[in-house]
Amino acid sequence: MFSLARNELYRLFLSPLAWLILALSTLILAYLFLTHIDNFVQIQAKISAIPGAPGVTELIIVPLFSNTATILLLITPLITMRLIAEERRNDSLPLLLSAPLSIYQIAFGKFFGTLGFFIILLALICLMALSLSIGSAIDYGVITAGLLGLVLLVASFSAIGLYLSSLTKQPAIAAMTTFSGLFLLWIIDWAGTNQMAGESSGLFNWLSLLRHFETLLQGEVNSSDIAYYLIIISLFLTLTIRHLDSERLN
Amino acid sequence: MTTTTLLKADGISRYYGSHRAVDNVSFEIKKGEVLGFLGPNGAGKSTTMKILSGNLSPNTGEITINGFDLLSQPKQAKAHIGYLPEQPPLYKELTVIEFLRFCSQINNINPSKRSQAVDSVIERCGLTDVSNRLIANLSKGYQQRVGIAQAIIHTPAVVILDEPTSGLDPIQIREIRQLIRDIATEHSVILSTHILPEVQMLCDRVQIINQGQLVFTDTIAALSQYMQVSNLFVTLTNPPNISTLQQLEGVLSAEQLSSNRFRLHYHPDHNPTENLLNKAVSLQWKLTELSPEHHSLEDVFMNIIQHESSAKPESM
Repeated sequence: MFSLARNELYRLFLSPLAWLILALSTLILAYLFLTHIDNFVQIQAKISAIPGAPGVTELIIVPLFSNTATILLLITPLITMRLIAEERRNDSLPLLLSAPLSIYQIAFGKFFGTLGFFIILLALICLMALSLSIGSAIDYGVITAGLLGLVLLVASFSAIGLYLSSLTKQPAIAAMTTFSGLFLLWIIDWAGTNQMAGESSGLFNWLSLLRHFETLLQGEVNSSDIAYYLIIISLFLTLTIRHLDSERLN
Repeated sequence: MTTTTLLKADGISRYYGSHRAVDNVSFEIKKGEVLGFLGPNGAGKSTTMKILSGNLSPNTGEITINGFDLLSQPKQAKAHIGYLPEQPPLYKELTVIEFLRFCSQINNINPSKRSQAVDSVIERCGLTDVSNRLIANLSKGYQQRVGIAQAIIHTPAVVILDEPTSGLDPIQIREIRQLIRDIATEHSVILSTHILPEVQMLCDRVQIINQGQLVFTDTIAALSQYMQVSNLFVTLTNPPNISTLQQLEGVLSAEQLSSNRFRLHYHPDHNPTENLLNKAVSLQWKLTELSPEHHSLEDVFMNIIQHESSAKPESM
């Protein structure tokens, strides 16, 4: 399973796509990071007098993490689309299927390989945030909660992407369906909150990927949010395993 | 002397929708045997190979590999098979050595023995010169060798090769056949192909599959009998009258193919070759060609299939 994950990650970095995605998303986020700093510097004088005013963490790092989540939403489909769809197109899937591996090892291997890539990306962004500690005090608790949120978020994205990639032979179709699926889950709570004041739909709110991320981003670690992500991840990994299994039967 | 049965398929059937691709196929392969799986395209060869390698599940039937049931103990069973599908399953962005290293990992080779396994398989498959090149840049023949290397890296009991020589040029075909012959000294091999000479060259036993059913299972010698035709092609620069040829001892009929080429049909128990040679020399017919007619694969299929369908009513 780990050799599979390592191989997946290694092959990802052999393609220019991974490097490009890594470079461009770091560039965009660095730019956003700078604008947040700029904003902060401008308003710093005004808010410094207010006791209990938001600090560097709330005004720079939290928005940065929130931007990161949006960027991840856009790039995850590009990374996950090739996971199984491309293997199928290149006829390399029999290599894994005829090896003494169980389907769950294949699914988990691919999942963790992808997650590894995103953790590298998140580490770069985290370094960006931590660089602020040189000049200011930052709230490590909030950062840890935010990072946990990002990891869980991107793990759910990857699980959804993996499942949709297992359904098709065309990476482009996998990318498109993954993007639509993720976007829908992202905005699904709009339907809930746009109703009359207070009358929000509990189910749609609960389904939203973003909703659970926001609380984590504020430094609030609720077991219900973590459970939500773990449910999403295991649901889609199970669906992937079931689909690959049923393919042998039908 | 007892030979162990390494792979046993018992009554496997596979449907694609309502189409029956493989119909109640049973066979077994013993240690050290090379089994040819012969059939026209679309006969169910590849489906059978996929089922044997665990890539497809049969709708009915059982497969036992080295004592392990492929369906209930897939991991143990798959450890004893190596499979090369029609399209070699390769990660073309890796180099040969990287790819084989990965294969050694997923095939659960003991970590301390991995590099040794990779080295030996590179040497056996003649990949030493290209081991650091990207698979994508190799010729199809070399890619096929990497595919074979991948299938034998974990020294499986049974190696399943699905049309290993398709799409190669004649030199590559010869090299791959040589490689298969080498592999056969250490592993049992199931070889699927639609090329008859390949089976004759490489296999101990042959099975012919047609429309999903096994229509013939026997040794190569028995297959040759099916291929024997009691016809001779004769070319004579100075030919006699066709009636002279017809009157040769043993010749049942003669047919003129061109002004000096003839096809002689003779009685199977009475080969007129010697007689013809003597006559050709003494009467100065100037013989330039004398060759027995060979059946093409299609003819053999037709023969066997016809034989089957005519034999069936009797047995019932």
